Amino acid sequence: MTINTMAKGGWHRDQMSCFRKMEKVIVAMQDPDMGMKMRNQRLLITIIPHAMTGRDIIDWLMKKSNICEEESLHISGLLVRYGYIYPLKEPRSLVLRPDESPYRFQTPYFWTSTRWPASELDYAIYLAKKNIRKQGELMEYEKERYSVLHKRINHTWDFVVMQAREQLRASKQRRKADRIVLECQEQAYWLINRPPPGARNVLDMGLERPNNTARVTLNSEHYKNEIDTCKRALGRNRVKSSICLEGFMKYSEQYQNHDPIMQGCLPSNPWISDDSAHWTMNLETVPTPTRLRVERWSFSFMELLNDEMGRREFMTYLEKEFSGENLAFWQACEDIKHGESSKIVEKVEEIYRNFLAPGAPRWVNIDSKTMDKTLSGIRHPHRFVMEDAQMHIYFLIKKDSYPRYLKSDLYKNMLAKGIVPQETKKSVFPFMRRQRHSSPSPAQVATQATEEGGNAKGAGQAGTNSAAGSNV
Amino acid sequence: MGEMEELRKEMENLKDQITAARKTFQDSTLQEAAAGVTVVGRVQLKTRKTLRGHLAKIYAMHWGTDSTLCVSASQDGKLIVWDTITTNKVNAIPLKSSWVMTCAYAPSGNLVACGGLDNMCSIYNLKGKDGNVKVMRELAAHTGYLSCCRFLSDTEIITSSGDCTCVLWDIETGTQKTVFAGHQGDAMSLGVSPDFKYFISGACDFTAKLWDIREAECRQTFGGHESDINAIGFFPNGNAVITGSDDATCKLYDLRADQELLTYQDSSIMCGVTSLAPSKSGRLLLAGHDDFNVNIWDMLKAERVGVLAGHDNRVSCIGVSSDGMACCTGSWDSFLKIWN
Repeated sequence: MTINTMAKGGWHRDQMSCFRKMEKVIVAMQDPDMGMKMRNQRLLITIIPHAMTGRDIIDWLMKKSNICEEESLHISGLLVRYGYIYPLKEPRSLVLRPDESPYRFQTPYFWTSTRWPASELDYAIYLAKKNIRKQGELMEYEKERYSVLHKRINHTWDFVVMQAREQLRASKQRRKADRIVLECQEQAYWLINRPPPGARNVLDMGLERPNNTARVTLNSEHYKNEIDTCKRALGRNRVKSSICLEGFMKYSEQYQNHDPIMQGCLPSNPWISDDSAHWTMNLETVPTPTRLRVERWSFSFMELLNDEMGRREFMTYLEKEFSGENLAFWQACEDIKHGESSKIVEKVEEIYRNFLAPGAPRWVNIDSKTMDKTLSGIRHPHRFVMEDAQMHIYFLIKKDSYPRYLKSDLYKNMLAKGIVPQETKKSVFPFMRRQRHSSPSPAQVATQATEEGGNAKGAGQAGTNSAAGSNV
Repeated sequence: MGEMEELRKEMENLKDQITAARKTFQDSTLQEAAAGVTVVGRVQLKTRKTLRGHLAKIYAMHWGTDSTLCVSASQDGKLIVWDTITTNKVNAIPLKSSWVMTCAYAPSGNLVACGGLDNMCSIYNLKGKDGNVKVMRELAAHTGYLSCCRFLSDTEIITSSGDCTCVLWDIETGTQKTVFAGHQGDAMSLGVSPDFKYFISGACDFTAKLWDIREAECRQTFGGHESDINAIGFFPNGNAVITGSDDATCKLYDLRADQELLTYQDSSIMCGVTSLAPSKSGRLLLAGHDDFNVNIWDMLKAERVGVLAGHDNRVSCIGVSSDGMACCTGSWDSFLKIWN
């Protein structure tokens, strides 16, 4: 969540879910049977019970959730950062050290989620206790805050001091070990809820979102609308999930070689080699396009149309077949749809003159029903007035000319001539035997050979499906 | 009982019927469907560049279509356009309001937009005649903060807002063309379909909605998340919607099956998703989280295949460049990192 909401209960709704998850882990860690083994920890001359080392925590998490050390370090780091576990040595450093450093569980009384939001009054009492207990024990920033609070809630100051004294008196009656433990716990709580300046505030929720007053009122009109929407939704056509999933797999497979994060990129990854050859080769207009690019034109009609060079090549082909006006019409309609509002009227007129009027120089063949609808629409031109006609022509080209173009010599030659760049060799020290790739593939696809020099991978080969054994 | 109670019951009844209808089209499990797909091993991306210059939390970033320029917005009140190769700042635009939450780059590369707690979407012309970058338009009509904005072209932009609506604007005249109302919570993010005919919005009512831009209506609504949806995007072929939520999961909803097909979750991921981006082939999903990490998912097998750990604070925004070459992450630690 990047933005905070201060709506009533908003904080609880937003942040509680991650706290609840952490608390589940903490409770499991303290389970008497399966939880962590804790031991006594000596702190100067006192012995603190129920402590554990950072290493213990990491190992336990690794075993319990079957995760790697890196992940375990990350999760245990979170638990310390949010105050569920606190360090005994160096209490101000809320990090988890994967060594013999001792840690303890925070008591649920002092969980951030239990006492939220931390109250000013409690903080004042805490600082007062520290001040009374040993003069000058307050840190510089705590002194500042103490005096600010003193000014702000001056009217209750007697109560603050009285409470502080009372709590100190009560704690004196406890065993020393218990007293130290309680002090540590309280200190840990305040380090998180009132972090020192410069320390990261883990409870920072970002920008305060103003309370939203424009909510939907649940009246009968709202329900009637919802019912209409539901009725329409009920009647919609649906496709089986297996077919949909297959669609995604086919798409990913088709585009795998075109996805640099999956497959690397030739001639080199510009971010590694500082060589912008890759981009120069793939500019909008180049004398010879790369083979990958030309291959993409065959993936879908939209791919061809979205590439300016592809469109030009296709237009050349269409002119040979004397059907170039279709593509020109489509382009003109796109221009209206996405162009300036002020130019709509004149553009519509131009389209009419060039493409639709009887005897027009580039007359397009639209069925009479659509033509009638469009002509009457032209009298009151708007952005989408050409939509139906454009769709008609679009499907015409897609079903007819496009497949033929892909089979044409024009396209096949383009594909054959397409550049397949050689991988740029990275300069290496003379005594290094294995060359480093200037175009590594960040995703190690299981079927590919492990990296050995040269062009073993990435030269436009499709990643073959290994026999069934790729996945158990 | 009352008329309202009866209406509410009828609505609930219809919703149950829809759920049942959707179930009948769930004819395969993910395991069966993705059994033959090649396994992706561990994905390791490295930081190639770090963009330094912002002085406060970065809230949003967006790639330009040329794959080397990107724009970022930060609480220091600046909108910076970066040349990500040289790490130079092409433009550093001072904003009137520093409470900015979103930014966008127009497909043409001529304009950038931003907005936030000022409830407005400000459009800046990068290619002005005298070289200065100035405010071209201020689109004001929302009654809530601006959470996200995306250009359709140099003349149209869509915005989502804390007032629960999304709006399509005519930039030339600065007026609202269409208001898309229906969400029952703050609209947090939006994404435009590859063919520019539809857009999707995710909101604090835990649902995602698909809107038809031309017909100005909500075509489909998807639920299932247990908390606010912070991030949303289309699968590259435009047939599915991917959402990321505060409940620490991402979900894939298929538009044709009209339901959720996949959930990306792991018990060791506890902090909410702030942002997401699919790789070019759609095989990988990169999701930024509150716990400073980016998780990389194999979208077809719903398994985690990598982690990007490099930020010292929340990852607030993420984007994959249009040629799929690089992924950019922006964080509250005030840095942007380029990975691949």
